[in-house]
Amino acid sequence: MRAIRITALAAATAAAFLLGACSSTPEDEQAPAGVESRDAGAGKPGAGTSGVGRPPVASVDLTDKQKDRMSMLKDPNSILSKRSVYFEFDKYDIKDEFKPVVEAHAKYLRDNPGAKMLIQGNADDRGGREYNVGLGQRRSDSVKKMLILLGAKEPQIESVSLGEEKPVCGEQSEGCWSKNRRGDMLYGGEY
Amino acid sequence: MQRLLAGRFAVLVLTLFLSVPLARAQLSIEITGAGAQRIPIAIVPFAGEAALPPGITSIVRADLERSGLFRGLELPPLNPHPTEASSLDYAEWRARLADAVVLGSIATRPDGRFEVRFRLHDAVKQTPLGGVAYTMAKGQVRATAHRIADYVYEKLTGEKGVFSTRIAYVVKRGKRFELQIADSDGAEPETALASFEPIISPVWSPDGRRLAYVSFESKKPVVYVHSLQDGKRHVAANFRGSNSAPAWSPDGTRLAVTLSREGGSQIFVMNPDGSGLRRLTSSAAIDTEPRFSPDGQWLYFTSDRGGSPQVYRMRASGGEPQRVTFEGSYNVSPRLSPDGKSLAYITRNGGKFQVALLDLTNRQVQILTDSDRDESPSFAPNGRMILLATVIGGRGVLSAVSSDGRVKQRLTATAGDVREPAWGPYIQ
Repeated sequence: MRAIRITALAAATAAAFLLGACSSTPEDEQAPAGVESRDAGAGKPGAGTSGVGRPPVASVDLTDKQKDRMSMLKDPNSILSKRSVYFEFDKYDIKDEFKPVVEAHAKYLRDNPGAKMLIQGNADDRGGREYNVGLGQRRSDSVKKMLILLGAKEPQIESVSLGEEKPVCGEQSEGCWSKNRRGDMLYGGEY
Repeated sequence: MQRLLAGRFAVLVLTLFLSVPLARAQLSIEITGAGAQRIPIAIVPFAGEAALPPGITSIVRADLERSGLFRGLELPPLNPHPTEASSLDYAEWRARLADAVVLGSIATRPDGRFEVRFRLHDAVKQTPLGGVAYTMAKGQVRATAHRIADYVYEKLTGEKGVFSTRIAYVVKRGKRFELQIADSDGAEPETALASFEPIISPVWSPDGRRLAYVSFESKKPVVYVHSLQDGKRHVAANFRGSNSAPAWSPDGTRLAVTLSREGGSQIFVMNPDGSGLRRLTSSAAIDTEPRFSPDGQWLYFTSDRGGSPQVYRMRASGGEPQRVTFEGSYNVSPRLSPDGKSLAYITRNGGKFQVALLDLTNRQVQILTDSDRDESPSFAPNGRMILLATVIGGRGVLSAVSSDGRVKQRLTATAGDVREPAWGPYIQ
């Protein structure tokens, strides 16, 4: 017990430190740009001068693309920001209304072979917890299967189940249960 | 059930003397049904027990009454106060309507520990049945009381007592989940694991030293094996996909688990360290909740291969499953009784989820509970009681019912939801 507590504490402290480190150096607080870039400009390629002889170097910035991609996944105007597929009671087929969402994510996974996805399947809380883990697994497997049919690669996707353990709605009503019968698509970095 | 209990429905609330910090979930026990014939027993306060609150005999009496098989008699002050050394006037105890009498004393030893001596008498046959002396430290009053209750219980009923055993369960309070271990009466809970993610399906290793369970701490179900004594835990199954529903083989050398690594939910067996993995079921269905029979020969499990979840069994080495439950359209969570002769499971009965008991010899099914959201039945090691989780007033509570359906108890925590009980083995 003690060992675990200490480890957890250490992890929490490390996390707090990292968070602190990030927040203490926001971009607008860096050293004045003018000083840093005074000499660098002279050596930059493609400034319009000719004959000085250094071959050009084109810049590829993956961090920007990553940002673009992540913002695309989070942009409320993009269908990719929609991550949930809802299921009928005791069912695991994907209803027509959710097919465009799954298709969009399949395209995204196709276009970004390095992207990884975790699909968490969920069940409402009626019945046995372990059988509900099984039902949630069926739902996440169902989403995974459709993504693969649409061109995503199997190693990109892990489908798991949270059973009835992570409800988004806690009441005993069909309105609530239907919100909990769900598959959620999460990308690497989001879980 | 109502018919069975009619006329002898008794409600007794025993507030347990829990001198534990408030942060712990205290379980208090309410007995809501008792056996038809309860043995009237006089448990005379032990000489010297006042120095060790809450009083050893009050715990012995609460244990015996909770079984539903005993009724503790109210006693007037006795002068002179009898002890285990006293010669007993049996006629006097028969006049007080006692069938059995427990007498004892507690003395301080030179080393600061205590010596507890007691003797049990059969007042009907007018004969002593035996006695024991225990040496205990100050903090062992409860443990000693449970042992005395086990002794009395076994002498008078002929079956082994389970008061010294422990139970495991999960408490959810706000966003916090705690896997707790408590005495069989819910007293003195200790937290084995605290987490902000769910913990389900704890199961005791046969030696009572380890628990296997499912934790969602890595955003998916992973099976862990956790040593209670030192808190060391290791991942037993963390394959791609979901890992759940662990079950120990009776010899403690193998774990059956449900894995989705090859698609769907299928049953595998492996060593407790995750090695030696072998797939046992091969279906397009959900196959889950494996449980070994006490002789280790069979695996009972839940499967919806026939269209609805039902209990099946197969050889522990694999092979063609046979269907076990036939009544109803939803039968899950199979648990074999310790003698292997009956099967407890959860059945959906007119929209209610209740504990059913199937006699594997004559195929009779009896519904044991009248609650409506029962889960996770768990036999006491002597097979007499079944612990279960249910929901009362929107809150998760533990409850227990005797395997004949007559005795009922409810264990309520002061705060939070209690679920996923598992009754531990006999203390070795």
